[in-house]
Amino acid sequence: MSSARAVRAQARAEIAMTLRRGESLLLTLGIPVVLLGFFSLIGYPDRTVTGGIKTAAFLTPGIAALAVMSTAMVSLAIATGFERQYGVLKRLGTTPLGRPSLLTAKIAAVLVVEALQLVVIWLAGVALGWQPRGDVITVGVEVVVATAAFAGVGLLMAGTLRAEMTLATANGIYLLLLLTSGMVVPLSKLPGSVQGIARALPAANLADALHATLGTGGGVPARAWAVLLAWAVLAPLAAARTFRWE
Amino acid sequence: MTAPVVVDDLVVRYGALTAVDGVSLTALAGTVTAVLGPNGAGKTSTIETLEGYRRPTSGTVRVLGLDPIADHAAVCRSIGAMLQEGGVYPTMSPSDALRLFAAYYPDPLDPDELLERVGLLDAARTPWRRLSGGERQRLSLALALVGQPLVAFLDEPTAGVDPGGRIVIRDVIRRLREDGVAVVLTTHELDEAARLADRIVIIDHGRVVADGTPGELTGSGAGSDIRFGAPPGIDVDALSVRISARVTEVEPGEYRVDGAGTPERVAALTSWLAERGIALGDLRAGRQTLEDVFLRLTGDTGTSPVLTGPRQRRRHRAGSR
Repeated sequence: MSSARAVRAQARAEIAMTLRRGESLLLTLGIPVVLLGFFSLIGYPDRTVTGGIKTAAFLTPGIAALAVMSTAMVSLAIATGFERQYGVLKRLGTTPLGRPSLLTAKIAAVLVVEALQLVVIWLAGVALGWQPRGDVITVGVEVVVATAAFAGVGLLMAGTLRAEMTLATANGIYLLLLLTSGMVVPLSKLPGSVQGIARALPAANLADALHATLGTGGGVPARAWAVLLAWAVLAPLAAARTFRWE
Repeated sequence: MTAPVVVDDLVVRYGALTAVDGVSLTALAGTVTAVLGPNGAGKTSTIETLEGYRRPTSGTVRVLGLDPIADHAAVCRSIGAMLQEGGVYPTMSPSDALRLFAAYYPDPLDPDELLERVGLLDAARTPWRRLSGGERQRLSLALALVGQPLVAFLDEPTAGVDPGGRIVIRDVIRRLREDGVAVVLTTHELDEAARLADRIVIIDHGRVVADGTPGELTGSGAGSDIRFGAPPGIDVDALSVRISARVTEVEPGEYRVDGAGTPERVAALTSWLAERGIALGDLRAGRQTLEDVFLRLTGDTGTSPVLTGPRQRRRHRAGSR
């Protein structure tokens, strides 16, 4: 196990590289903030879409879920996929950093970027008319559990597919889940079969959890916790078992 | 004291392909050992087993007395590795990459001092993806050395490097030797091995075919035949009869005579060429170059990329992906 100094240096480097990648910033901050601003300002054509509540109040928790998904799954998958392709991961294999430390640094970097995203979305939501509510600890736990689930899925792709394939797949999933996970369109407005699939996936359950905590104020559904936790355990396990470093 | 690097009867197979077939070698502290061979000879597989990337199918490898896989963490603290492909974050500058790698090690070199040593001060802030091939190799070398290794594994350290960069890399490697580091490098360039190595291990088809100092390999005993250059496609059978020794065209336009390079035979050879008006490119008899040794030992048929031209190097790099 390498020193804490090595992990700190690695995490700092990961954060700097993430914040310097334009396409990553577009995905993790640009698109979420634009969606939040656009729909909050023009509103939905039909007010019943959001169940009568203010658009920003519906959108802010959903966009927060989108932001977490974009960083923990999409951005992590793409970066790691290319690091594998460029031989960076292989090269690190003969340094004392070690794989557990590399993973620790990557997760720390993801959590830091997520915290930045949530601050921006929080401020944007307030500016657009969202009444802040929900406690930071519950949100924190939801985000950490969902991050484990999404990171597991992202690393599963990055460790098995070619980098270009990971890029395409991760972006495709991002768009699909953005539309079908209750992030910008409530689940109840989607066909029953789509709802059924969505409720088995981490994205919709994080959106549900954040809607409950940051939005309507109801308790987080037990189903949301159960599905998130299951993905948080199984996806990283699958990634660990299949990951190819070269 | 045991040698820092010991390879004992190593066999590495990938499925049906045997990449390394019973290689044994040792590398001592304060020496440069060059593992030389054509492409696909098993050089990289041997090095990567020492680095802990490959598991031996059979045989053992030891680095500083440790097993590179079982004791991976301990081995990684004491080795520096330069892989064939750079393996650096594309957006990272040499300065940032060296600082990051320095943080992995307990007692690293000063990154700025190291940048100067490999001649990268001017490119210190340039992202890796905009560095030239030679600059990338020099950064890769610096990254291998930042942790002050006791053993350095350098896989094709001068491949694709311009002449100026080669001089820098050779100087750095010589300084490692002075500092008592055990340097193991691979190359398919004879010139590089001859310039740098204290000891050369020639590998072909996964086996060691020669092992010795450059002097031992090119010296007496091995150096009795004749080599000459002439237009491709001359009648080697007729010539063989005339000079009473077998003549082979080892490369188009490169000929070898398997027989003592006596003055009589050389005279017969040149007069045969003169009778036919065939131009003689060059002629060498007696003591061999390392290239002659290499070509003879690796049973070269003219397909070896050992004659180092840019064309062959490119083909090598493309083939190694």
